[in-house]
Amino acid sequence: MLTLEPHRAGPVKQLFTPVWAILATMLAGGLLFLLLGKNPVEAIRIIFVDPLFDPFSRSELFIKAAPLAIIATGLSFGFRAGVWNIGAEGQFILGAICGGAVGLAFYGVEGVYVLPLMALAGMAGGFAWAMIPALLRTRFNANEILVSLMLVYVATLLLSALVSGPLRDPDGFNFPESRQFHDSATLPILIERTRIHIGIPIAFLISVGAWLILQRHVFGFHIKLMGAAPRAAHFAGVSTNRMVVLCLGISGALAGLAGVFEAAGPVGQLVPSLPTGYGFTAIIVAFLGRLQPLGILFASFVLALTIIGGETAQFSLQIPAAAISVFQGMLLFFLLAFDIFTRFRIRRGVAGVA
Amino acid sequence: MENIKNLNSQMIVTGAALAALAIFGLMNGISPVLLFASIIAAAQPLMFAAIGEMVVEKSGVLNLGVEGMMIIGAVAGFATAVSTTSPLLGVVAAALAGAALAMIFGILTQVLLANQVATGLALTLFGLGLAALVGQPFSGIKPPDFPEVDLIFLSDAPIIGPLFFGHDLMVYFGLILVTLTWAFLTFTRTGLTLRAVGEDHDAAHALGYNVIAIRLAAIAFGGAMAGMGGAYLSLIRVPQWSEGMTAGAGWIALAIVVFGTWRPWRVMLGAYLFGGVTILQLNMQAASITPLWLIVLGLFLAAVQVTVNSLRNPGPVDRWMVGLWAVTVAMGSIAQTYPISIPTQYLSMAPYLATILVLVVMSADKLRTNLNAPAALGRVFQRSN
Repeated sequence: MLTLEPHRAGPVKQLFTPVWAILATMLAGGLLFLLLGKNPVEAIRIIFVDPLFDPFSRSELFIKAAPLAIIATGLSFGFRAGVWNIGAEGQFILGAICGGAVGLAFYGVEGVYVLPLMALAGMAGGFAWAMIPALLRTRFNANEILVSLMLVYVATLLLSALVSGPLRDPDGFNFPESRQFHDSATLPILIERTRIHIGIPIAFLISVGAWLILQRHVFGFHIKLMGAAPRAAHFAGVSTNRMVVLCLGISGALAGLAGVFEAAGPVGQLVPSLPTGYGFTAIIVAFLGRLQPLGILFASFVLALTIIGGETAQFSLQIPAAAISVFQGMLLFFLLAFDIFTRFRIRRGVAGVA
Repeated sequence: MENIKNLNSQMIVTGAALAALAIFGLMNGISPVLLFASIIAAAQPLMFAAIGEMVVEKSGVLNLGVEGMMIIGAVAGFATAVSTTSPLLGVVAAALAGAALAMIFGILTQVLLANQVATGLALTLFGLGLAALVGQPFSGIKPPDFPEVDLIFLSDAPIIGPLFFGHDLMVYFGLILVTLTWAFLTFTRTGLTLRAVGEDHDAAHALGYNVIAIRLAAIAFGGAMAGMGGAYLSLIRVPQWSEGMTAGAGWIALAIVVFGTWRPWRVMLGAYLFGGVTILQLNMQAASITPLWLIVLGLFLAAVQVTVNSLRNPGPVDRWMVGLWAVTVAMGSIAQTYPISIPTQYLSMAPYLATILVLVVMSADKLRTNLNAPAALGRVFQRSN
């Protein structure tokens, strides 16, 4: 008989759990492709390895990783405190809509203030969208998981309605899309002949900021306290409602910012296909990164790799785009499964007899 | 007034919604009987999934992977029905596939003590992806017809015929399952044990019950039910396979469990309420009726709920009640005088907004929800010997 004994593993072991999870995912993914009659070695190579050796894919890695890192950093605050915002995708969309609307309102106006204004509007949009589940939870006790998720569907429909209505390109032959943002409303490119934009260094700065808050600010301490010992947090005067509002607000604003960056960066306009699931993938990024800002940076690159690999695999292996979430789901499964080794020591025989 | 006090609010809200729907049908020349018959079909997938999840939650486990299990059921049922040309085998396969997927969740959360929220989310992502991958060769195919129940005399009878006797087998099977679930939870010893495990797993363990085995069984049942709900979508309701065809139905099922305050019959009413919202929304799109009426309906239902609560509790009239009725009437007259038409996307938001509204209205009354919510819901059980 095997028994579990609570035990906190050392930092090295904790650090390696995600690595084991990634390896196990590759293995299980290969097996899955074998069952579907595709060459497993080729599939794994296309999804996990090839993007690293192609210069274009390498720069695209940063473009996909930046929104993931920004959203996941925001989510990690809430996940630590037990506040489950799983509607980041919706906040991302609202950020894109609000930021994009500002960009379109200033259409043709040159000025360095346009982009910061768009970023602020996007953050406000994401924040406001996240405040819906926050207030419904604090006022009416409604479950924030379900409310924030339902709002993803509402946001997707809202985007689709707006780009075929008020935000539609007036010269666009009735296509459901907005105008292309003009130069002042487009994120500046940092490296020639790539799509690497200013949002990428900002993602790094956000990560550093989050690390400082967690390590040095009392808010970070309260978050950790609430996650580790809710009762103790309550006695220490940490208000649950305040934490719910703050955690959802921060993650909403950051998801909104990522939305603006996506609209004003790689996409360049508002289209119904703008949201591609970054908000959901970021949940996995947050867990794979152990809810630590630096870990999240690393994890965002791993998930970005699977996104790019998945895009290639669509063409070369003829698999549907959604199939990549098989890998993402498995990655989270293995991570959660292997976590038992960091939280417990497995003993043979019955414990507690002595 | 005494009678109102005895009815539960789910019955009153659902009844009010269905009455509103009947009026809508009569005003627009759509037979209310046909409307109700289509509501039953729309409610069925939600009912299967929600009843299954209710049992899981009664055992103290929160499985957020309903959406994933539903879509796996949808694709497994469809693929099996197409390749064996037997829709009934498809339903069996869907139940098995849903249960198999649920066991991943079960092993992770019960044996490896993983966080239930995160594992449920992983299950949904995994299920959506796997279904897309497996279902790829099956898009655009028509599934074999599902056997209809034909009870010659009864099915042809006016009104009651189409309402009660003209449905597919799964509708009756679903009703039987709700009855059995209710009887199991209320009258059997095992049902009592399952509820005990959901209230206090440590106490149940101390009494010698196998908490993990009971929960695993409940999780498997929930998966099978969600799988059948998915199969109902792909084999009967749509009937076709397309990627992401559940479109949030699994999440709505989770909300229906809250709406039904973890009681089988009320969960069933919740499924009908959401079926009603879906059908109403679709009919309004088809008849291009101003969506303002949907807002009126939402306000009306909230007002009904608040009024019921206010009548139940002694003391002065709830001030929210008066306000809500006033706003409902005002909104109604606006909808009557200014029938603005807005794009269909806003109408499609209705089921999702209704879910939020329902969650808010039901959760706001903390005392009543908490009374019947399983106390150990979502908590990790670690066996101490």
